[in-house]
Amino acid sequence: MSAVLEVKNLGISFGGLRAVNEFNLTIEKGALYGLIGPNGAGKTTVFNLLTGVYKPSEGSVLLDGQEMVGKSTIEINKAGIARTFQNIRLFKQMTVLDNVKAGLHNHFKYSTFSGIFHTPAYRKAEKEMDEKAMELLEVFGLDGDAGQLAANLPYGKQRKLEIARAMATEPKLLLLDEPAAGMNPNETKELMETIHFVRDHFEMTILLIEHDMKLVSGICEKLTVLNFGEVLCQGDTSEVLSNPQVITAYLGE
Amino acid sequence: MTGMKMKNKTLKSNLITYGIVVAAFVVVQILLQTGSLSSLMKGLLIPLCVYVVLAISLNLVVGISGELSLGHAGFMCVGAFASAFFSKCTEASITVGPLRFCLAILTGAVFAGIFGILIGIPVLRLRGDYLAIVTLAFGEIIKNVMNIFYIGVDSNGFHFSTKDQFSLGMEADGKIIINGPQGITGTPKDSTFLIGVILILITLFIVLNLINSRDGRAIMSIRDNRIAAESIGINITKYKLMAFTVSAALAGAAGALYSHNLATLQASKFNFNTSILVLVFVVLGGIGNIRGSVIAAVVLTALPEMLRGLSDYRMLIYAIVLIVMMLFNWAPKALEWRERYFGRFFKKNAKEGE
Repeated sequence: MSAVLEVKNLGISFGGLRAVNEFNLTIEKGALYGLIGPNGAGKTTVFNLLTGVYKPSEGSVLLDGQEMVGKSTIEINKAGIARTFQNIRLFKQMTVLDNVKAGLHNHFKYSTFSGIFHTPAYRKAEKEMDEKAMELLEVFGLDGDAGQLAANLPYGKQRKLEIARAMATEPKLLLLDEPAAGMNPNETKELMETIHFVRDHFEMTILLIEHDMKLVSGICEKLTVLNFGEVLCQGDTSEVLSNPQVITAYLGE
Repeated sequence: MTGMKMKNKTLKSNLITYGIVVAAFVVVQILLQTGSLSSLMKGLLIPLCVYVVLAISLNLVVGISGELSLGHAGFMCVGAFASAFFSKCTEASITVGPLRFCLAILTGAVFAGIFGILIGIPVLRLRGDYLAIVTLAFGEIIKNVMNIFYIGVDSNGFHFSTKDQFSLGMEADGKIIINGPQGITGTPKDSTFLIGVILILITLFIVLNLINSRDGRAIMSIRDNRIAAESIGINITKYKLMAFTVSAALAGAAGALYSHNLATLQASKFNFNTSILVLVFVVLGGIGNIRGSVIAAVVLTALPEMLRGLSDYRMLIYAIVLIVMMLFNWAPKALEWRERYFGRFFKKNAKEGE
């Protein structure tokens, strides 16, 4: 199998603080990869580096062999990295359907002129967008809520909608930042199934940050543990979770 | 399919908005025919159209794109002067009034749109309060720059000065078009109520369809969450600028309607108060609610005239109406009350829709 993501020697400093140092990561196509570590270890910073929100001080990020460092967030999304956020960031005053259709923005194009005068190009693209968006919503069990405002969805569904929106951009790599945060055990279990399904159904490569060890051990095949911006341990899930260093730094005895 | 159902719902809501405008036009026409409209109200018809167009266009920036702009009168000013200048220059060559006026409106819109782009590029790098203050400054700058313009025309062509009319250095046959603070006089009175209503309908058409298109979704997504919009590949600068420019161009068209209704067009009219007045229409009609903007602009423009009989208490009642409308639209208790008494009626409609 080929590597979708290859991160080499990535690092960033904020003033005197070394937030991430010599971060290396290789993710194979179709893998479900976990990034764990104590609070403040630099996990979200890694996501922000991968998506171009921060410019790394050094190192390189290769997506399918293509250099991502130096590109803007928008270009990186177009190249194929989509993400969700730790604190949900939906378009709250838009409908659930429109949230996903906004995600389809760069895949169905028509001119502003067509948009205003409802030309056949507009009708065709909008119809295709509707179908594609509803298909995605069905996968996440949100098709019944399509007409609702995103703000009115219950918490668990908001999390799912965020993933659906990210999937709408047709990424090669999906980054999930604490998808189970704030969920009850039932919702978490359902989410695990959804993530699994997304991987299998879309042959998606997924990198996720999570604190819920049940979820991590349940679905991640490989793990990287971060501590104080440094990689503490990397490898198969069961090996990593039984590593004594990881247990002292993060899991607790 | 749910997508289709939602589309039908927005289509229905849009048709109601167009319907309200057409119905209002018909009612006014009937009143005009039967002669039951006072001359004061007749004089108010075109300003009403102007303010409705302004309110709709400002709502595109404030409600849909989510940025507070306090310089809308500036774009109206550009449109008013550009169109009046155009009409003065072509008065002899284009004799068909309506055609000349349509071209004048287009000129006003294009010039205001260009100013929208030029001002939008630096201004839209800012956010929130800072953006509001800078748009306020630009609005005042436009007004003051227009105040010192002198343009005249003679057999040698156009003359331009920023000092006074004598430094134009024109021949004896020269004619001054823009005369500094005195502005433009003798613009052909091309504005009619019918053209005003058509302009409202065109503005509604452009804004409502823009909102329901791919571009509109991009604009609203940036309003709701800038960081998330960027993360799904939406170009923030492009879409903010698009909303700002379209809004400026429509304000320019409103300016053209305004200038062709006045004997004397002066830049001092387009001050901060005008910008705030339009913003009041938008806020009271409901931010992001296009139909609300139309209604608020009509009610609040007509109200001071209708209350003329009350002489001294006029502005007092105007202020009270403002407060009541504000409460009715925004206070949680009032919303609850509205839901209880009118909700049933609306719900029935919604069910029929499904």
